[in-house]
Amino acid sequence: MKPEYDLLVIGGGPGGALAARTAAEKGLSVGLVEKRPAIGVPVRCAEGVGRDLLEEFMDPDPAWISAEIDRAVLVAPDGFRMALEPSMAGSEVGYVLDRKRFDRELVMQAAAAGAEIQVKTRAVAPIMENGTVAGARIEQNGQIQDVRAKVVIAADGVESKFARWCGVDTAVPLGDIETCVQYLMTGIEIDDAATVFHLGNEIAPEGYVWIFPKGPKTANVGIGISGRKSRDGSRPIDYLNRFVKSHFPEGRVVEWIMGGVSVCPPLEKTVADGMVIVGDAARVSDPLTGGGIYNAMYTGRLAAQVAADAIAKGDVSANAMMPYDTTWRASKLGKSLDRNYRIKEYFIHLPDAKLNRLVHSISRLDLTKFSTLEIIKELIRHDPTLLLELRAIRDLL
Amino acid sequence: MLVIRRDICGYCGCCVSVCPQGALELIDAYLSVEGECSSCGICARACPLGALEVADEA
Ligand SMILES: Cc1cc2nc3c(=O)[nH]c(=O)nc-3n(C[C@H](O)[C@H](O)[C@H](O)COP(=O)(O)OP(=O)(O)OC[C@H]3O[C@@H](n4cnc5c(N)ncnc54)[C@H](O)[C@@H]3O)c2cc1C
Ligand code: SF4
Ligand code: SF4
Repeated sequence: MKPEYDLLVIGGGPGGALAARTAAEKGLSVGLVEKRPAIGVPVRCAEGVGRDLLEEFMDPDPAWISAEIDRAVLVAPDGFRMALEPSMAGSEVGYVLDRKRFDRELVMQAAAAGAEIQVKTRAVAPIMENGTVAGARIEQNGQIQDVRAKVVIAADGVESKFARWCGVDTAVPLGDIETCVQYLMTGIEIDDAATVFHLGNEIAPEGYVWIFPKGPKTANVGIGISGRKSRDGSRPIDYLNRFVKSHFPEGRVVEWIMGGVSVCPPLEKTVADGMVIVGDAARVSDPLTGGGIYNAMYTGRLAAQVAADAIAKGDVSANAMMPYDTTWRASKLGKSLDRNYRIKEYFIHLPDAKLNRLVHSISRLDLTKFSTLEIIKELIRHDPTLLLELRAIRDLL
Repeated sequence: MLVIRRDICGYCGCCVSVCPQGALELIDAYLSVEGECSSCGICARACPLGALEVADEA
């Protein structure tokens, strides 16, 4: 690597890739380091993304899309299924990606824009000067090197160690981590244009089971549960094995995917002197759905725009880069994170009987548009007795 | 003392994100304890596979 860049990006996921591409397009010298030997591998994701959201960044390409989705099915704890049909699925329709290819495509776009990419290269410590982040100590294949940068983008995902080394507490509370296992299964009977969500305290305490199609007879079948519900004998792997045994006994597992998704509120401050924190590292994945691909891309791009401005003005202090923090918080994304955290806190405490009632009620609604917000508004209109139940979240709407 | 069952670990990093001490570090496919571990056991709870265990110091 060169000894110095304008921008050094730690992590080659969607957040880091968008930051690197955006900065390189603006003419900055950019280095991106990824500690794994391959971008996007192993996968730590169910790979679902909204169509509108994705298309904010790029045109869909069959090269990295596994399946197109036009409806969602919600399964209540009692087994009752309700479909959210295409006519009302609105912006929730989308794609199941092939993230091995998708992540690599994003990094190749960054490279094409002029960013230098180094894989199997790990940031092991920040370079700190008078309390300002001034680069990173990098380890590549046994060699240590100091790489200086005007701004460092911490895009190191759920682990979020880089910002922590710089003094930002990024630890996720145990109750706010969704601990997950997913099987890529083949030979199973599925609706290959629908994502399916199973709810219930027996099935997935404080979480859900998902079935995301990956092609004919093939799907990501996974589960996330709250860390506080996980213990020996009742870990995600145990719940998933039970689910698969009863729902897809004929299926064959061709890949194991595990990981953690933070469902906590975002970091209190996502900028520091000389550093911007993006994506999962900033804890901006959606607390209700666990989705974080778009969130990482959005914050990654924004971070590079703000950092480029700051560098041009010769002031990379936290204050100068604060517009990053305030802009994403005020955005649609930022507002939905805040709201969805509170909705999640409400839903995870519902016993199965109430969850059943909710799903049955939703199925009787005449929805023209499907979104969490619309569903809750309609529920209250439809079933006033639910108002009491939903009082906790009504104020958020 | 924290025991890492490498035959079980899927190097996903979930445990890294919850450790209050920042004591865990994932080096590609290799999880290691690199800082001061207080044996609190939080990481062991968060592991989706059950690869971590706080063993008695005895
Ligand atoms: C089981 C599961 C299912 C999910 N399902 C969905 C879904 O369906 N839809 C959705 O939108 N989101 C989903 N998510 C969340 C989504 O995967 C993340 O939000 C997204 O990948 C975040 O992107 P990122 O760029 O912030 O981080 P990541 O994609 O995690 O990338 C961070 C990168 O940084 C690297 N890195 C870490 N430390 C260092 C270091 N010190 N030096 C160099 N490199 C380093 C890592 O190796 C990694 O490649 C899911 C997550 C999990 C675990
Ligand atoms: S959470 Fe478990 S599987 Fe994942 S890295 Fe930690 S010990 Fe390994
Ligand atoms: S036992 Fe506690 S301090 Fe030790 S590694 Fe696990 S979470 Fe960190």
